Parts: sequence; C-alpha cells; structure tokens
Amino acid sequence: MSKLIRNNAIVQDDWAVVQLASPAEETVRKQAGKVVIFKLTGEQAASAEQIAGTNIPPGGKVIVPLAVWQARKEELAPRLAAGEVGLWLETFELVEDLVASVPDLNSLPVIAVHFPRPVDGRGFTIATMLRTRFGYRNEIRAIGDVLRDQLFYMKRCGFNAYAIRADRSAEEALASLRDFSEPYQGAVDNPLPVWRRHARVAAAHAVTVGRTPASHEDEVD
Amino acid sequence: MYIYDDIDQRIVDERVAQYRDQTRRYLAGELSDDEFRPLRLQNGLYIQRHAPMLRIAIPYGLLASRQLRKLAHIARVYDRGYSHFSTRQNVQFNWPALERVPDILAELATVQMHGIQTSGSCVRNITTDQFAGVAPDEVVDARPYAEILRQWSTFHPEFAYLPRKFKIAVNGAESDRAIIQMHDIGLGFYLDEQGEVALEIWVGGGMGRTPAIGAMIRKHLPWQHALSYCEAILRVYNRYGRRDNAFKARIKILVKALGAEEFARQVEAEWAQIKDGPSTITQEELDRVASFFRNRTYETLSDDVPAFNEKLASDKAFANWVKRNVHAHKVPGYRAVTLSLKPTGTAPGDATADQMDSVAFLADRYSFGELRVSHEQNLILADVKKSDLYQLWQEAVRVGFATPNIGLLTDIICCPGGDFCSLANAKSIPIAQAIQQKFDDLDYLHDIGDLDLNISGCMNSCGHHHVGHIGVLGVDKDGSEWYQITIGGNQGNSASIGTVIGPSFAADEVPGVVEKLIETYIEQRTDEERFIDTVRRIGVAPFKEHVYGEKKEAAHV
Repeated sequence: MSKLIRNNAIVQDDWAVVQLASPAEETVRKQAGKVVIFKLTGEQAASAEQIAGTNIPPGGKVIVPLAVWQARKEELAPRLAAGEVGLWLETFELVEDLVASVPDLNSLPVIAVHFPRPVDGRGFTIATMLRTRFGYRNEIRAIGDVLRDQLFYMKRCGFNAYAIRADRSAEEALASLRDFSEPYQGAVDNPLPVWRRHARVAAAHAVTVGRTPASHEDEVD
Repeated sequence: MYIYDDIDQRIVDERVAQYRDQTRRYLAGELSDDEFRPLRLQNGLYIQRHAPMLRIAIPYGLLASRQLRKLAHIARVYDRGYSHFSTRQNVQFNWPALERVPDILAELATVQMHGIQTSGSCVRNITTDQFAGVAPDEVVDARPYAEILRQWSTFHPEFAYLPRKFKIAVNGAESDRAIIQMHDIGLGFYLDEQGEVALEIWVGGGMGRTPAIGAMIRKHLPWQHALSYCEAILRVYNRYGRRDNAFKARIKILVKALGAEEFARQVEAEWAQIKDGPSTITQEELDRVASFFRNRTYETLSDDVPAFNEKLASDKAFANWVKRNVHAHKVPGYRAVTLSLKPTGTAPGDATADQMDSVAFLADRYSFGELRVSHEQNLILADVKKSDLYQLWQEAVRVGFATPNIGLLTDIICCPGGDFCSLANAKSIPIAQAIQQKFDDLDYLHDIGDLDLNISGCMNSCGHHHVGHIGVLGVDKDGSEWYQITIGGNQGNSASIGTVIGPSFAADEVPGVVEKLIETYIEQRTDEERFIDTVRRIGVAPFKEHVYGEKKEAAHV
C-alpha cells in the first residue's frame, strides 16, 4: 500500500484506486527487442471487455479509470452525486476527454494522473491544464511510479497529493517539496515569474565575477 | 556578462545540495540505476566508456576569466589536467569520479557555474553567436533574451521531462552564426518596420539520425511574447511528441508528421490561451538583464593604427593570423580574436589546464576579463584593441592557440568520438588529426580558403557533420569502423544538409578522400568561389567521380 501525501502532510487515504481489468490477451509491443513502455497521446486505454470486466468495489470512495467512467456513467452517477467518485487517467489519454466526460469538473473530488515512469512528462502538462485551462480546484493526485525527486515539479504544476511508491519513505519525500525556495518561472503554484515577485539587481549594483583583479589590486567582494 | 544576484545563487546552491543527496542515495542503493539516470543527466553527468563525463554549461558561450580559472582548477584536481570545449558552447570533463561530482558542482557554484540541464530530455543550454554584442552586422544583441530564456527554462516544472532533448538557439545578426535553422527552436531577432525588436520562429530543425532544416512557423512575434510562445511550442511538443521510440522523439519528427502548417496552427491555438499572461516580458526586466551586457567602457580610439599596419606588412605569420583569426568589431579601434583550439596534432576543442589559465590571463589583459566559446570549438577574445593585436598574437603563439586556421580546412569541428564516448560507432579525433597532418602546408590551406570540415563519431551528430562543407560520419559495419563522407552541407543563413558521396571508407583512406575532394574543387573553381559554392554549382557528381574513379574495387559497400 502506498502512502499518501496530501497538502504537505502524510494522511490516511480513504480512496480506493480501481484498476482496469487485465486484457484477455496481453499484447506486448516491442521495438528493436525492447518493450515499448510509452503509448502515443490519444491511444485507446482499454478495450470494451476490459471496461466491462473492471471490478468496482460496491461501496466507499473510488477513483475510477477514465475509460471505465466514460462507458459506465449511469451505474456510477449516484455515487458521483454523493461525492464518492474520482477519476484517473493515463498520461497518454487526453485531458480534454476527461473534461468533456463530466458536466461539472469540480463535482469530482479527486483527479489522479498515472505515471507509468517518473520521466513521462505529459502528466505535468495534464495537471497544469486542469488547473489553468479548466479551472479544476480539487485534489490532483499523482499515482503510479511516483518518487520524491519529481515531487517539487509536480507541486509546481498543480498536484497537491502524491501516492508515494510503497517501497519509499513518504517522510523523506515530504522534504523534497521544499527543494527550491525561489523558482525562476511562473507555474500553477505561483504564476508570477521571479522578476514580478522581487525587485532584482541590475548591473550597476552587481558584485563582479568577471575580471579577476591583478595581484596588486584588491578584490571587490 | 550576467552576474548572479542572491536569487540566482540560491537556486544553484540548492541544486548542489539536492544533487549531493541524490548521489548519496544512489551510492547507498536507495536509488536504482534507472531512477538515478535522469537525475544525474540533468546535472550533466553521463556514464561513459572509461569513466563518467561531466558537461558544464557555458550559457550562450560567455565565460569570465575567473570561471575559466576554476575550470582549469577542476581539470587539475578532479580530472586529468584538460577539458574539452564542445559544439554546444559547453565544456566537458572526461574523467571525473561519480562520487566527487557534487564537490565539483559546489566549486563551480562559487563562480556562478553549473551543469544544470546540460543533458537529459529537457531544455538544454541556449546557444548564440560567439560575436554577439560586437559584430558589425548585429541588429539586436540577443544575449539578454537568451539569459531571460535561460532563467525561464531552468527547472521549468512542466518541461523537465520532455520526449527528448530540446535545443534553443538565438541570433540577432544579419549573418546567422548560431545555425538557428538547425535547432529545435531557433529565434531570429530583428527590427520590424516600426523599429521594434521582433522575432521569427523556426521549429523542428536538427541534426542527428534524421537531419532537418527547421520550418519558420511565425514571421513576426513582438519580443515581449518570447517566453509564452516558447511555452506554447513546448506544451504541444510535450503532449504529442513521441515517447515510444527515442529515435522518433525529437520535435522535428512531430513537425514533419503533422506538417509545419498544422503544427503552427496548434501552437497558435495554445498561445492564444496564454498570451499576455504574467510571463510576458516587461521592459523593466529586459532593461535590467540587458544592463549586464552593456556595461563595457570602450575607449574612444582611431581605427587607423600605423604600428599595426607596419607589423602587418613586415611579419607574414602575423598577417596570416590577422587574415583568419581577427574579426571586425562594431567599435572603432577594437577587434575580436579567435584563439584556435585546433593546432595540428591535438584533439579539436581540447585545452589543458595551463592553457586555460593562460587564456584567462590574456582575457584579463586584453579583453575585459571575458571570453566566449564558439560552436566551432574555439575561444574568442571579443574586445581586443587593435593596437594590442601584435602583442596578443605573440602571447597566443606561446600558448599554442595562434594557429591561423579559423574557417579553414584544419579548423575541424569534431566530437570526442569512440575514444571517449559510449554512443560513438567510430573514433573521430584520430581522423581529425590525420587530416590536419595531411594538410599542414599553410599556404596551401589559405589557398583552399573557407572550408568547414566536420566530423561526428555517430549519428547523434555532435560534430555537426550534416552541415559541414565536407562531413565525415563514423558508422559501424559488422563491428568495424567505417566513415561516410558528405559534401555540400552548410551552416548559416543558407543552411543545407550534405549529400552522401557514396560507399564509406576505412579510417586510413579518409585523408586521401578529402585530398581528392579538394583537388576537384581546385580544378573546377572559378575566381573567388568557395568550396561550398563550387559544390552547389557543379553538383556532387564530379567529386564522386574523382574520389571513386580509381578505387572502385577498393570501395566498400
């Protein structure tokens, strides 16, 4: 069981992440003998059989795969109304499809993004767009291969919950949210670039690094 | 040059602390090789054939003497006494110990340097014209924009894990010395009809396995929007660029797949959503950053220097050097000087610690304590008084960096190749040295004139072979090293990709092939025609014929 960081604290997770049923036939794609890990943006996440075969717990709060939600809305509608349905999407699924699948995005208490690998950067854009383009205000959770070394970037892109991989320390991961104190560029957590946050030093007042003073000169420091 | 304030310094210091902890966790077995790889790459550390290789950023090629001395110190203490200047205005150490890299980065941070994003699938070091700020044909000094872009792209949270590496180049001169058409994004700065600074945007150029000239997706963008427009391009790429196949993951493949027009349409649609937001560059911020590049106090000098003219007339060696290694300057009485890192018999782009210290001394004495690194792998003193040139030349001769071959055949661009790099198919440095030895007659070299000869040890094209007038590419066939030759490539405003002349050659044949190409040129050229002009006029066939004519049997398929 992975441990959940939410809003800078380690918390008990009361949501169950529903996994897609395994496909009947596991098709492994390979290129030059290597298994293809990443799928192309816009690829289908699941077959009709997988969607139908996905087992959703009968009670409690559930985070459901987007593809399952799209096909089984009627069955889940009462639970959504009760605030007990969240959605998760793969990094290759389109955030626009998720937005289009619910009349009110903010009726979802949580949206999770599944990272197949820590280096699949599409998840960062998904979170950014949910916050800045589509006005989503509730929890955005990182699930899958979530490690502390990507947490600072995730936070800046609008994630506020992280299911840290079960074999890693959530306590140590918490510290990584503070790796940098004053980033250069604007992002979701603070849209202002550094020059709009602070008055910065111009050349006339800068300490020199350029010329090394000759031995008889004092170094300006 | 740009000088850090407390904010810049803290970012670099915090990066060192972060990487020190990541290295500790890796060595303690808490991070797997796969988990550590992207972290070390984004700090410039590759695991290479003999040892790790550490790549240090030289933002847009600008370096202070004090920084160069620090590089010399690192070469002595942590490496084997030398370093390698690369084609991307970076510097590389080939023998650092992985455990000591955090210490190296901490030392670099004391002189405002780092290895941030010099590797990995992120926005890399931004490159520009080595003569920015001094070239007479410059319309806009693009360095302040490059610095603003550097800060914006440093740890950009959304674009730290792109499908593949991402290279941005900027140019503000009439003659494009930054090859902006061969980058993932090329920004061409100019003055529009209203006299305002504007940009043209090139996307999807690049070398590598699938060389491509970029497409211009926007002709006019006011400078204030440089960041938001790049953000729009990167967002479209981050979402739709291929991640399933590393060889097809660069933005050029996406631009090709969609078509430049459709790609541009998607970028425009994305930009429309974010335009005029907080990342719009303000005049105040531009002025602040620009102030660092303007604070030169040039003396008011006459451009007519009789003593210089006398030396020029009396000393042929000096005259040769002036002809090739001294460049025009926009301030009267000043010149820019290229120190050649291509003397015969050494690896192109290499410099020893002692040489680096000597160049730092020359920079202090003659050029405001600053220098530049060019993508041709040479060092430039950009602000030398014309009256100092003779003395500087004499000192450069003593250092070994006065070879008068800038822009000539022996000014070879060359990657580290199979001697060092684990990606390489073949060695490249010995090929460069063999060619330099074949063409060591200076008069003949000057007679051949302008010629870019570029060598890459593999398809990744670090040696820019695609845009060499003569390009040499190392290829692997059944486990042995072969070399494929292209001609007709070009960098600059009329960029082009070279054409393969035919089957590849064994290493010892390459200098002879180059000689044959030159013979064809000498025979065919008209007055004032450069090698590239002749190739463009008469085509590849006559060259091919002369090279393969007598050796059909010996040629290998």
